[in-house]
Amino acid sequence: MNAPSLFGTVGVILQLLIVVALSPVLTGLMRQIRALLEGRAGSGIAQPWRDLRKLMRKQRTSPRGTTEVFRVAPLLLVATCLVVTAVAPFVTTASALDPVADLFAVVALLTLGTVALALAGLDTGTAFGGMGASRETTIIALVEPTMLVAIFALSVPVGSTNLAAIVTSGLDDPAQVFSPVSLLAAVALIVVIIAETGRLPVDNPSTHLELTMVHEAMVLEYSGPDLAMVELASSMRLTVFLGLLANLFVPWGIATSASPLLIAVGVLAFVVKVAFLGGCLAVGEVFLAKLRLFRVPELLAGSFVLGLLAVAASFFLA
Amino acid sequence: MSTALYVQLLNLVAGAFLLTAVLILWRRELTAIIDVFALQGAALATLVGIIAVAQGSAELGAVALGVLFLRAGLLPWMLRRAAVAAGATQRETRPLVNVVSSLLAAAALTLLAYAVSQPLVELAPSPSTHAIPVGMAVVLIGFFILVTRRLALSQLVGFLLLDNGITAVGFLTATGVGLIVELGVSLDVLLVVLVLQVLKTRMREAFGATDLDELRELHD
Repeated sequence: MNAPSLFGTVGVILQLLIVVALSPVLTGLMRQIRALLEGRAGSGIAQPWRDLRKLMRKQRTSPRGTTEVFRVAPLLLVATCLVVTAVAPFVTTASALDPVADLFAVVALLTLGTVALALAGLDTGTAFGGMGASRETTIIALVEPTMLVAIFALSVPVGSTNLAAIVTSGLDDPAQVFSPVSLLAAVALIVVIIAETGRLPVDNPSTHLELTMVHEAMVLEYSGPDLAMVELASSMRLTVFLGLLANLFVPWGIATSASPLLIAVGVLAFVVKVAFLGGCLAVGEVFLAKLRLFRVPELLAGSFVLGLLAVAASFFLA
Repeated sequence: MSTALYVQLLNLVAGAFLLTAVLILWRRELTAIIDVFALQGAALATLVGIIAVAQGSAELGAVALGVLFLRAGLLPWMLRRAAVAAGATQRETRPLVNVVSSLLAAAALTLLAYAVSQPLVELAPSPSTHAIPVGMAVVLIGFFILVTRRLALSQLVGFLLLDNGITAVGFLTATGVGLIVELGVSLDVLLVVLVLQVLKTRMREAFGATDLDELRELHD
């Protein structure tokens, strides 16, 4: 591997800045779209940032009886998101940390964050925390194989599990993007991303109804700066997943060389793609009701089959 | 049409063909199943159309139009009429194998189709023969639906899926089996659907339901 270039370092810093600064805005945008479609005025797209600022100023508290697991989880969640943001090809394919941007490493890092949060939910010892953790673990056990299989299908034609290599080969050979393999993998990955980021129809991010909440149940005991970290991390996860989806299937616009103009185009393309996907997700959510928890495995099994078919197709339709 | 574009389109349509088969297995509402079945008919017709354009054969083009009319128009229309006649929104509430397992079975069947069609592909490797496993997988999935569903109408859809798969394999291996043979097969399928529809109406009149599991004994 060549030494990290200045360009790569700039790319990493840009990606970090953009994702951290704009992911709460993405959440705000999605809430705003939803509000407008439901005929409400909405609170504006900057509201999540205002919430975060308010929470950050509050005093740190932790429930009696909780251990370090509870206190470390938000940090771990944010840290794994930051690492994935730094290594994944969002703005540029020439990340300084390119060798780390392996498919399995990225999925494992994102899972680590979820597991940390599930353990924190158990650590509180409350009924809701345990329930949320149990549900989240069920979902993640079904989600991870599907995600691996779907991205694996994309890596078969490329011959590498390096995310940047997959994106670059998509740029070089546009025909690859419109193959049945990537079509099936895209559908599988969309379902998985919806489940993983806790959106409708798997989980409702805007409810605190004890019978239905999954992610919210785990973070019920957090308050103040810790809650701010958890909220920031969950917006960042959404951005990271949508960014991966966008760049794996619509790689155009990403910067491949070190000209400032190309990097600017890369930034713009990334922001537009993620905002568009987020908008679609928000519009879709208006028309969906939450699925019963017992029906969720069915949805995820379906997406697993699609992922498996994508892998099979990448062998027999080659 | 350039070869690269031909391969690309062929693969894309083959993918859509397989995807619709899996969706039919996935959905429960009969109306949704019939809609997806119509989509699959359109995908099959497109597949034949692409082969026709690639070979510059007008006869095959006519067959493609016929397939489109029969499998994306006439058959779904008849199925829809039967579904409406059956009243209310019918759902496949409890298939013999539950949906999760049947989806996983579909994945296994696809791999099986890939394994068994390997000798066929090796006989004459070409872009179209490489898609044979897809047709074979649809045949197997159709058969699976035929044996695991309870409602007469969804079994009928399973049968038609089976036939779609056979037709696809036919076109992919021999690039068509001749206009006359295809016409004969299509008429046969149409006839089967008509006969089964009549049978289904009679069943409903006699027993009040078309859940085949409720039929315990033969009546005269």
